[in-house]
Amino acid sequence: MADDDHSELPTVLVLRRCPFIALLEPKCSQKFNLLKAWDSPLPQDRFLTTHARSVQALLSSGNGPPITAQILQLLPSLKLVVTNSTGLDHVDLAECRRRGIAVANAAKVFAEDVADTAVGLFIDVMRKISASNRYVRGGLWACRGDYPLGSKIGGKKVGIVGLGSIGLEVAKRLEAFGCSVSYNSRSEKPSLSYQFYSNVCELAADSDALIICCGLTEETHHMINKEVLSALGREGVIVNVGRGAIIDEKEMVECLVRGEIGGAGLDVFENEPNVPKELFSLDNVVLSPHQAIVTHEAFVDLGELVTGNLEAFFSNKPLLSLAVIN
Amino acid sequence: MDSIDVFMQVPTSISAYLEQELDKRFNVLKLWTVPNKTQFIKDNSSSIRAIVGHGGAGADAELIDSLPNLEIISSFSVGTDKIDLKKCKEKGIRVTNTPDVLTDDVADIAIGLALAVMRRLCESDRYVRSGQWKKGNYKLTTKFTGKTVGIIGLGRIGKAVAKRAEAFSCPIAYFSRTEKPELKYKYYPTVVELASNCDVLVVACPLTEETRHIINREVIDALGPKGVLINIGRGHHVDEPELVSALLEGRLGGAGLDVYQNEPEVPEQLFGLENMVLLPHAGSGTTETRNAMADLVIGNLEAHFLNKPLLTPVV
Repeated sequence: MADDDHSELPTVLVLRRCPFIALLEPKCSQKFNLLKAWDSPLPQDRFLTTHARSVQALLSSGNGPPITAQILQLLPSLKLVVTNSTGLDHVDLAECRRRGIAVANAAKVFAEDVADTAVGLFIDVMRKISASNRYVRGGLWACRGDYPLGSKIGGKKVGIVGLGSIGLEVAKRLEAFGCSVSYNSRSEKPSLSYQFYSNVCELAADSDALIICCGLTEETHHMINKEVLSALGREGVIVNVGRGAIIDEKEMVECLVRGEIGGAGLDVFENEPNVPKELFSLDNVVLSPHQAIVTHEAFVDLGELVTGNLEAFFSNKPLLSLAVIN
Repeated sequence: MDSIDVFMQVPTSISAYLEQELDKRFNVLKLWTVPNKTQFIKDNSSSIRAIVGHGGAGADAELIDSLPNLEIISSFSVGTDKIDLKKCKEKGIRVTNTPDVLTDDVADIAIGLALAVMRRLCESDRYVRSGQWKKGNYKLTTKFTGKTVGIIGLGRIGKAVAKRAEAFSCPIAYFSRTEKPELKYKYYPTVVELASNCDVLVVACPLTEETRHIINREVIDALGPKGVLINIGRGHHVDEPELVSALLEGRLGGAGLDVYQNEPEVPEQLFGLENMVLLPHAGSGTTETRNAMADLVIGNLEAHFLNKPLLTPVV
């Protein structure tokens, strides 16, 4: 919808309607002319060729559609893709690089919330918070006595898998609890004092808990497998705020059921929203419905970041969260 | 030393370690094992030289007066609010507690409760287990990082809570008997002012006559419909009926409680609230810490009966 007021505003292309765009629209439409591909009767390709040849900025959602080479070819003036996600696996980065298109993502805007969830789940599993909350609410404290003891967090060795913006926030928090932090990452970060392990199995063997904070890629798919879980051991705890498929879920469930690992705090699963029902009867497992980033504040911050990136671009200023494309 | 009679009123529950270690060294008189408790105390009154106390069971004036040869009360807790300290001082009875060894665990629980309440960890776990996630996503929750944490009582535990909260970029404010200018935290001279100016209020002070019901209606209203109360102190720090009505009426945003007025009783009206997390007095509840606490209790008793300096005397 273009009217006289909006025609002086810079144009931002949006391909598909989604809840995030709806949340953003009131603020955005005051500053930008949102060109909505889904509003047109034309098929997407025709729409782009007809109406979007001079568009310089595209607002993309992590939920899709993927920003492919084919789409990019229909946008000869495009210089910026802004996405509402941290992950960039839905954008053809090679094609963007070739065409000199900058990509801005959600960067660290969620990192604190995800780290809070990771630490919250870790404390919950170690200190049996959800399980003993259930116990009290079931009226059992008065008749059955005290709940079984948990495990002290101070002094425990925690291995962080993936030391990106989320992993670093987790590390910072856990240090304050007296944990000693080690990590496995694609590459060592020599400026940090945490101990680096190039092999995640060795990290597991030397850790009391593993916290999965990395992204899902071909390399990390089922990276936490039987061998790693075995190395983690009977007392070991695993927390996952990355992606379900980083862990061999079937294997992990069997380990938990057989008591071969100590417990788990899980925000993500291989086939959401399906969760293996064997986990429902376990008190040493805490389950979370992929809500690590779902806070009021994160959504407000994300809206500001996306709008901020677009404003910076159109005023020829540096982007707030230019993604590093390797 | 196993001729020395040591009196215990309640078992130390889940961990048998303390009882085992006491049994090895002393003749332990276990009140919970006898049907007629009053008679038991009468029968043994002159032989009891030590009491092993507990967070929930100490020694009041009446009990102390009935034990003419009582020399020491060694409490399996850091709180000594259940012990009549004044009477002990008058009669020259020593009192010991278990400071420091449980500081970390209790501070960990305070932060764990704040995260669990604000991010609805227990509620969303229930949401998943009941199959509701298949019908739709859980709702938006409240971010913890960056929220102002107000601490009542900046002793060992209060400082440990502050240190952890700082790692979450939480500005720290506090109320204490005296201001501590060496700390860079914001001091408020009254609890109401502290409550008005923080998002999460943590009770971390000892229970005394002055701090009883330190969390009253005025403070709860000041904390407000978005505020969260975390009680890791004692149940009597809080006016519990006022707290319950504030939560039911939505005047308080949420609460994480580890302690209650009349443990193990917990107001049932709280069971259905999703902005609550209720723990069964588990602040020091880890194997490692309970063992360390037990070692301190034993260590203090042994020191006393060997005429050595007490490890952690209160009186």
